[in-house]
Amino acid sequence: MDLLLGPLEHAFFVRALLAAAIVGTVCAVVGTYVVLRGLAFIGDAISHAAFPGVVIGFLLKIPFLLGAGVAAVGTALAIGFVSRRTRLRTDTTIGVLFAGTFALGVFLFSTIQGYVADLFSFLFGYLLSTSAEDLLALAILGGLVLTTVAALWKELLYATFDPLGAAASGLRVDWLESLFLGLVALTIVISLQAVGIILVVAMLVTPAATAQLLAVRFGRMMAIAVAVGIGSAVAGLYLSFWLDAASGATIVLVMTALFLAAFALGPRTGLLARRRSVPA
Amino acid sequence: MLRTMEPFDPHDHPHAHPDERRLATVEPGLHAGHARAHADVWLSDVSAGYGDKLALESINLAVEAGTLLAVVGPNGAGKSTLLKLLAGLIRPWTGRVEVLGHPAGQQARRVAYVPQAELVDWAFPVTVEDVVMMGRYSALGRLRRPGTADRRAVKEALARVSMADHAGTQIGSLSGGQRRRVFLARALAAEPDLFLLDEPVTGVDATTQEDLMDLLEAEARRGKTVIATTHDLACAAQRFQRVAAINRTLIAHGPSSLVLDPEVLARTYGGHLLVLGGQAVVLDDAHHHDEAAGGEPHFHEGGAQDHGSALPPRRRSP
Repeated sequence: MDLLLGPLEHAFFVRALLAAAIVGTVCAVVGTYVVLRGLAFIGDAISHAAFPGVVIGFLLKIPFLLGAGVAAVGTALAIGFVSRRTRLRTDTTIGVLFAGTFALGVFLFSTIQGYVADLFSFLFGYLLSTSAEDLLALAILGGLVLTTVAALWKELLYATFDPLGAAASGLRVDWLESLFLGLVALTIVISLQAVGIILVVAMLVTPAATAQLLAVRFGRMMAIAVAVGIGSAVAGLYLSFWLDAASGATIVLVMTALFLAAFALGPRTGLLARRRSVPA
Repeated sequence: MLRTMEPFDPHDHPHAHPDERRLATVEPGLHAGHARAHADVWLSDVSAGYGDKLALESINLAVEAGTLLAVVGPNGAGKSTLLKLLAGLIRPWTGRVEVLGHPAGQQARRVAYVPQAELVDWAFPVTVEDVVMMGRYSALGRLRRPGTADRRAVKEALARVSMADHAGTQIGSLSGGQRRRVFLARALAAEPDLFLLDEPVTGVDATTQEDLMDLLEAEARRGKTVIATTHDLACAAQRFQRVAAINRTLIAHGPSSLVLDPEVLARTYGGHLLVLGGQAVVLDDAHHHDEAAGGEPHFHEGGAQDHGSALPPRRRSP
């Protein structure tokens, strides 16, 4: 029991726990759409693109979230713009912009003297140093994302499942698409703190992917994703505390373990299910 | 096996003279303005395409309310493009498209569009009931959740397509024919005035085809307009009142018995049509759907998923 309650005596651990739970929830909700739309690569691109924003924000002494947010949303829109204007496939455009923006971040970063110590925390998260202000910003922005998804629940579902049918029935699918990319960018930016640029895509994709292995209904899939997201965020944080390991990486490892477990034991795709159905 | 039409004998035809036949495919005696006023769908000198590729050219077409119209033509002829124009999904490069008396897209709530089966992600975690409920979304408006009336409409639509027992089934575990039934139910649940159906009877068994056509016929009798693309000329001839044959341009439009004659079909299908001993035979592969627009996702599944398809694979030679 002490093992579970002990860390809660530290205020920083409680803040980290709350931050991890919020990030786990928001990422799982948005990630459900990301996975079903096949946008995992865009998520990865947006997270890397946030890096130069963070560095520029530091140079200009503006808040971290603002710099990262502008860079992430800007890149999301640029991907759409370049893809529409050229004959290049979207994944090609993403590949170009994603590496380019990340390189810009590294370049700018390398020119800053005496800032090197923080590089690791940007790339891999710094959950345990979450401040009260960070937590408040996280709660507000996370709440904004969740409220938007709740308000546009059926429109987002229809546009994700059948964009042509949805557009023909009068839904503004193009508008929803831009709004959704904005939500993805916002989700990524608020999650950077927890797991960092490199691993944020796992927060988005892994819980939803795990849920898709287990659920046949959209609402159920999202609920399972949220459970996996929160569960692995909390469990991962405790594990990292006990083992004195990097928190972001531990969370992602727990998620990955859950995904593999669902894959092995799942009702339809699972290895056991397949074995069971053969001898019949 | 090849798809065949009813045995055809030109001497039996009511309009045996070739020139008369060609005339009969033109809208008889309708002034353009008159046609427009009475039409649910009206296209005037419309050209459209994707990127810089022209798909449809100079299309003039008026479809009256209550019509059951089949759009036929070879792969890449622009059949799907025509439906997308009417659904307001793409804009014409030139010309005007009016649907239900307004520019295309403006009466979206009165229009139900069903895409080709290949454009649907069948692994998506939705049940049959969920999909049909989507037909109710546009009438619901923002922020409103489906209510009793919507659930009743979904139930009725599922009963009409004989899928009431499958309401809770994930769509991926349905047969090809059942999938088309579900999407027609979604269109029915929307209670539209215009149905736009892309390949509604492709890859379905004979029973399903008959059932779906019976439903569409009933809708047309109630004054609804049904426009469906199809590769199945026998179905077009037997079950549709009117046919529009297109191959980039509109080759012919009129009563199905007049449009579906060897001369028009030869012009529509070019080298892909064979007339053998009075039977018109189309040498196309219906499962090779029209070339998709850029960026459109396609979902192909491995394995024999289409349990509903009774048609054996088509070959190029008999």
